[in-house]
Amino acid sequence: MNLAVGSSPHIRSSNSTRRIMRDVCVALLPALVFGIAHFGLRALLITLISVAAAVAAELLANRFLFKDGRDLDGSAVVTGLLLAMTLPSSVPYWMPALGSVFAIFVVKAMCGGLGQNVFNPALAARALLVLFFPVHMVRFYAVDGLFGGADTVTSATPMHHMAMVELPEQGLMDAFVGNLPGCIGEVSALALLLGGAYLIYRKVISLRIPGAYLGTVALLTLVFFRTEQPLVWMLYQLLSGGVLLGAIFMATDYASSPVTPKGQILYGIGCGALTVLFRYFGLFPEGVTYAILLMNAAAWLIDRCSAPVVYGTKKGGSL
Amino acid sequence: MKHLFFGGLHPADRKELSAGAQLDVSFRPARVAISMQQHIGVPCTPLVSVGDPVKKGQKIGDGQGLCVPVHASVSGTVTAIEPRRHPSGRDVLAVIIENDGLATADTAMQPHPDYEHLEIDTILGIIREAGVVGHGGAAFPSNMKALTSLGKIDTLIANACECEPYITADDILLRTNPQHVLEGMNIVAKVLQPKRTVLAIEDNKKEAVSQLTPLVRETAIELTVLPTRYPQGAEKQLIQAVTGRQVPSGGLPSDAHCAVFNAATFAAVYRAVCLGQPVTERIVTVSGEGVRAPKNILCPIGTSFEELIAATGGLSEDIWRVVSGGPMMGLAQEDLSVMTIKGTNSVLCLSTQRNQEKENPLCIRCGKCVEVCPMHLQPLHLYRCKNDTAMLSRYHVLDCVECGCCAYTCPGKLPLVETIRRGKSNVKEAKES
Repeated sequence: MNLAVGSSPHIRSSNSTRRIMRDVCVALLPALVFGIAHFGLRALLITLISVAAAVAAELLANRFLFKDGRDLDGSAVVTGLLLAMTLPSSVPYWMPALGSVFAIFVVKAMCGGLGQNVFNPALAARALLVLFFPVHMVRFYAVDGLFGGADTVTSATPMHHMAMVELPEQGLMDAFVGNLPGCIGEVSALALLLGGAYLIYRKVISLRIPGAYLGTVALLTLVFFRTEQPLVWMLYQLLSGGVLLGAIFMATDYASSPVTPKGQILYGIGCGALTVLFRYFGLFPEGVTYAILLMNAAAWLIDRCSAPVVYGTKKGGSL
Repeated sequence: MKHLFFGGLHPADRKELSAGAQLDVSFRPARVAISMQQHIGVPCTPLVSVGDPVKKGQKIGDGQGLCVPVHASVSGTVTAIEPRRHPSGRDVLAVIIENDGLATADTAMQPHPDYEHLEIDTILGIIREAGVVGHGGAAFPSNMKALTSLGKIDTLIANACECEPYITADDILLRTNPQHVLEGMNIVAKVLQPKRTVLAIEDNKKEAVSQLTPLVRETAIELTVLPTRYPQGAEKQLIQAVTGRQVPSGGLPSDAHCAVFNAATFAAVYRAVCLGQPVTERIVTVSGEGVRAPKNILCPIGTSFEELIAATGGLSEDIWRVVSGGPMMGLAQEDLSVMTIKGTNSVLCLSTQRNQEKENPLCIRCGKCVEVCPMHLQPLHLYRCKNDTAMLSRYHVLDCVECGCCAYTCPGKLPLVETIRRGKSNVKEAKES
């Protein structure tokens, strides 16, 4: 009789890192498919390059940096997808490759790999690209119609209009469906919300971070409105500039966000407040990238301050 | 008034495997090994010698201090007194009795159906003499628990949650003999004089609830049906669910003015006091995908796991682990000769391993362990500072109840409970030195 012994618990949930990464990829699909339909095959090619570069970088990092035999868990695919979705479809093809390699090697692997990175790899890579190649990162193809091909005329996104303190020329419904110029994965609020609903249904994320994030943006832009129509102003702020992509897919990145439930709400509020602050007073029209990256840096502090009060203790378990 | 305990989760409970089958009352083992250590505290000293004839219910071991006696669970002859494998994994001195199959009963203990007139000391004395210990697993001597709770509690709780997956022993006890549990509660309530006497059960035991509902109607006992969630049956969590209070860190339930006994413990108290029967048998769930015919067995204490499993049709070919207790907190056994003790509520046979840990588990900081921890600890940090006793203490490692929620839910399959358990003993050692 050969009986295995080992520590309890003797049963485990079917949840796994791979399953989570697969779920995130599935959740990104609607926005990605929309982006490709909207911006054309160039968007698909950029996505493929980004994912391929991320996976290649991960393989190299696993082979040469980590000698514990870790294998691919799907997180590099997620990083590659996320980075591509934050790029305009007009960027040169080497940019997603450069960004992905930076994201995986520098932002993630240098910190110790999966789960150890301080910053969201995809967002940090995007920030790098904006910093070094601003011309490429703020040039958007104009698009006529949902499935219209891309032409080379640059076009103003809703964020450009709002940075000038005016309502965008695009209709609210266009902004909701995604009939806008912008980055590959950020234009369709509908597709992003679908993905978010899927992630919450699959319990990959909770409502805490996206809810607090979007709620804060909504509240602040409603209270501190800048046009005659506060509600419309607020809706445009919510629907454009990647705030949904950020709130649902970027700010919820496990490694770079707090782990305590209370901390996640605080973090979401911080992301929302900083986003509005950057948008109102910043140099660039959008503020999501830098808002989340700054809050990434504060995640450990938020975790410390928001430790749950341990059962049976009055003071709690914070350090 | 119902409350919620922190965290928790609801694993697939698999209770249907054993809940449907009739209670097997005809099981007779060929021999039993009565462990001299079946409770927390001082082990018993054998009172019999090899070759002695013994009757069922005869006291065969006793001791001083925090100790309750053990009794022969069958009639027959003592064939050996030697160490045998205990569910804890150690070898413990045991009296081995060859069953003569006659079940000749010992009559040393008197029945007291009129317990109303008994003194508190007398009742506690009977509970001790009958060898009653907590039947939920921890096996603390019940007379001592009652004694230390005297005058300190206002709420007496019968724990019938049975929140561990697979196990249905308390469920079937409440379906077959609900009166035993309720009478036992009345007896302990007479001793402890609580303001509330609560029978707490989870809402997945519908049949038991519908049987109990009319029975408690005219009594002082409150039937509290709690939403099914693991680990509701853990003492601290149950106190929180029933009263909203928290047991202070490092304290006892009586510090929260509560005393919690397992439902089966109350039935044992009833049989001891009203029927004059010591603890010689208990209901054991033999279940899991690894046995052919899962069921509950009324099992003489000291039966080997091997005989119990044989009574359920034997192990399947893909057997992986045999566990004493539930799948979340039970102890894996390497040897089927292990003897059942008073706290053995389940022999769980799990088939081919599923979703177990990987070789190089990585924490992805998903925070799910923080979300599910019923003690509001942060298991990922306890895992990360596993070798730093100072940090472990600051993260309240000693408050961990080892319920396994964190490890169950962890997508990275980290060996959280194992690591935290080691951390706990390191911290305790560091404190002592």
